[in-house]
Amino acid sequence: MFNYYVGLAVRSLKRNIVLTVLMIAAIGVGIGASMTTLTVFRAMDRDPIPQKSRQLFAVQIDNWGPNSGGVVTGDAEHFQEQISYIDANGLMNARAAHRQSAMYVTGAALTPSNPDLLPFQVQIRATYTDFFAMFDTPFLMGAPWSAADDNGRAEVVVISHELNDKIFGGANSIGKTVNLDNHEYRVVGVMGLWDPIPKYYDLNNNAYGKSAEIYLPFTRAIEGQMPSWGNNNCNGNVGEPGWAGRLRSECVWLQFWAELPTAADVEHYRTFLNNYASDQQRTGRFSWPAHTRIRDVREWLVYQHAVQDEVRILVLVSFSFLLVCLLNAMGLMLAKIMGRAGDIGVRRALGASRRAIFGQCLIEAGVIGLAGGLLGLLLTGLGLMGLRSLLSEEVSRLTHFSPSDITIAVILAVVATTLAGLYPTWRAAQVQPAWQLKAQ
Amino acid sequence: MEFGPIISAMRRNKVGAILIAVQMAITLAIMCNALFIIEQRVALSKRPTGADEPNVLIIQNNQWVGNAPDASARLQGDLAALRSLPGVQDAFATNSFPMSGGGSTTGLSLHPNQKDPTAIAAVYFGDGHAIAGFGLKLVAGRNFNSGDVVDKLGYTDLKSPTGIIVTRVLADKLFPDGNAVGQSIYDEARHGQTPIIGIVDRLQVPWVSAAGWGSKFNDSSIIEPFNLVSMYPYNYIVHAQPGQMSAVLQAAPKKLFDVSRARVIQRTLTMTDARADAYKNDKGLVVILGVVCVALLAVTAFGIVGLTSYWVAQRRRQIGIRRALGATRNAIVQYFQTENLLIAGAGAAIGVALAVSLNLWMVNAFAMQRLHTGYALIGAIVVMILGQAAVLWPALKAASIPPALATRAA
Repeated sequence: MFNYYVGLAVRSLKRNIVLTVLMIAAIGVGIGASMTTLTVFRAMDRDPIPQKSRQLFAVQIDNWGPNSGGVVTGDAEHFQEQISYIDANGLMNARAAHRQSAMYVTGAALTPSNPDLLPFQVQIRATYTDFFAMFDTPFLMGAPWSAADDNGRAEVVVISHELNDKIFGGANSIGKTVNLDNHEYRVVGVMGLWDPIPKYYDLNNNAYGKSAEIYLPFTRAIEGQMPSWGNNNCNGNVGEPGWAGRLRSECVWLQFWAELPTAADVEHYRTFLNNYASDQQRTGRFSWPAHTRIRDVREWLVYQHAVQDEVRILVLVSFSFLLVCLLNAMGLMLAKIMGRAGDIGVRRALGASRRAIFGQCLIEAGVIGLAGGLLGLLLTGLGLMGLRSLLSEEVSRLTHFSPSDITIAVILAVVATTLAGLYPTWRAAQVQPAWQLKAQ
Repeated sequence: MEFGPIISAMRRNKVGAILIAVQMAITLAIMCNALFIIEQRVALSKRPTGADEPNVLIIQNNQWVGNAPDASARLQGDLAALRSLPGVQDAFATNSFPMSGGGSTTGLSLHPNQKDPTAIAAVYFGDGHAIAGFGLKLVAGRNFNSGDVVDKLGYTDLKSPTGIIVTRVLADKLFPDGNAVGQSIYDEARHGQTPIIGIVDRLQVPWVSAAGWGSKFNDSSIIEPFNLVSMYPYNYIVHAQPGQMSAVLQAAPKKLFDVSRARVIQRTLTMTDARADAYKNDKGLVVILGVVCVALLAVTAFGIVGLTSYWVAQRRRQIGIRRALGATRNAIVQYFQTENLLIAGAGAAIGVALAVSLNLWMVNAFAMQRLHTGYALIGAIVVMILGQAAVLWPALKAASIPPALATRAA
């Protein structure tokens, strides 16, 4: 029966080709617009590490206090997203979490061993070995450096897959060295493809930019006085001059993440952090009660407004557009079905039940939806291509259409069109056979 | 025109009329908000930087390989080489430039130990060539002289500048009486007094996003007499003579690599390129919203054509009868036009309300500005004209129905 109705629907749609084309075009354009923006939105809103997003926590410690500039009275939630070196050091020494790492973004000039090649700039993340296990980074060759390397401020690096291709031609580079600002660093690992978007572990610095090309021990970077290339906020209190002064200052410039696998670990860490801050109060560094927060990856993305307002506006606009397209299709379907009231009357008189008429018309709506959805997919592809040419590279990185997006587009089209078809279909089922036959 | 029959006919086609009215209302609401955003983003992307943009190029992120002990001499050597290039008016080294998206800010206070600073300003470093290098206009006070300028050994070097040059907007904010030159301010980072020695007409901050960092102090900048000498990358700003831009764009980086190859230059770009980059997403948003507006209008128009055509087909006999009873073709066209005007009027009324509430919601959610009511009114007129245009073709078709139809059928 279903196949028969589908056949009938196609025949009926062919009969009034102009209305059919209008309906399919309206739905296709609506789906195309809404899926284009939804793809970008979903990419921004996506959980970048679904298997662990509830176990990884960004740490905030208020080291400026309630009387510092810019504090909104009564708002205990919004304060420094980064922490100072003093606190990073304190938390690393305590090791109260299952895994933890302080980190920051820096950079250097890399001199290739081939003298014909010019030196080039690389982005570096200074971090601890736990970083790799914490964020489940894949390794193509080698492994992370050891905790002993962290303690020993070793001159070792993990490099990205891309950089390995660029300077070592993709060969096994474990044990070879790279020259960063005239220092030789030994390669201990080559990462597999790992480029989370957004870069959730450091949303303060180019959240949609690329991940670092080189990772090296935090302790080494501090020892080498590698300056932060990211956001440094001193809130009017820069402390003493020089690198040592910066390390002793209350400037915030480091990100800190902790892995806390169980609810008990989370509670334990919250208590630990508050105790840590209270200790700072006791020793006179803080003149206010403990003010700390930990937020998991999902909470952190929301807290840091990872989804850009522009994208929200576009999603809103495009879904309103889809609504207009559906209302449009609904009107046209109504016109089309009511134009066939005579046929329906004949079918009813020949014994078709209301349910049968209802089912038949609904399938017709579904067929339109399916055709509109397929057209919509095509337009989404075009739309995303358009976005790539119109928007910056950071946003363009978010315009990749995944299989789940295709499913969403088709289901959205069929379901929405069928819903829009409900009223015209109901009207069709109400057709009085006697009345229609009389009118003939 | 008699409204009675139109309204009673519409009553029998309630849903179709409501569908069109709602479509028009949503179209109107989205269209005027989109146009409003478009207008704002276009205005945003046209804000001047204060620099002589067509003739300024930037050698972005020059970085020495290793922690060069003679970085200061190297910087001076580069500047001498750049300034001696044919077609170059002037050049200087700086930490940042307008529209770059990255830089430093500081809070400026009138008194020491103020909790919140009086003004926030972007900080640019530069020597006595900074004003000519950007092509700024000095409107009061004096330029830096060679005695003012010192090396700054990275951002952790906290020495105080001997004096600063501020923008006019900033000077007016700090000293509304207009006597800023010669006054001293407290820079939050150093808690030392710094005199204002000069005022430039305009110099935009490095950040340009609509509501992000910098949007609240867009023209508040200071120039400090420093050369940044450290492991940090910095930029050379080169001011070309008119018409010499493309030659200098080629020659400048080549010259620098002739001076030394132990360096990295991220890229060389013109200020025009920097503007295109900085506002790319704003421009993109404008194009996307424009396309959506056109598509919305088209979809709504086709919807009206489709539904009205159906109504015409449905009422063929009635139209025939009216024609037979003496109604002119004009009267038939007018009937459908009036009908559409009524629907569009209702749609526009709902649409204006919807547009204003949508805007109010966005003001809250996205820190948008309030919509001017003019936009809603223009939108209402556009939607009503659209309705009239869309209904014309089906209405003319209706008018061409022969009166004889009434006698022939049934």
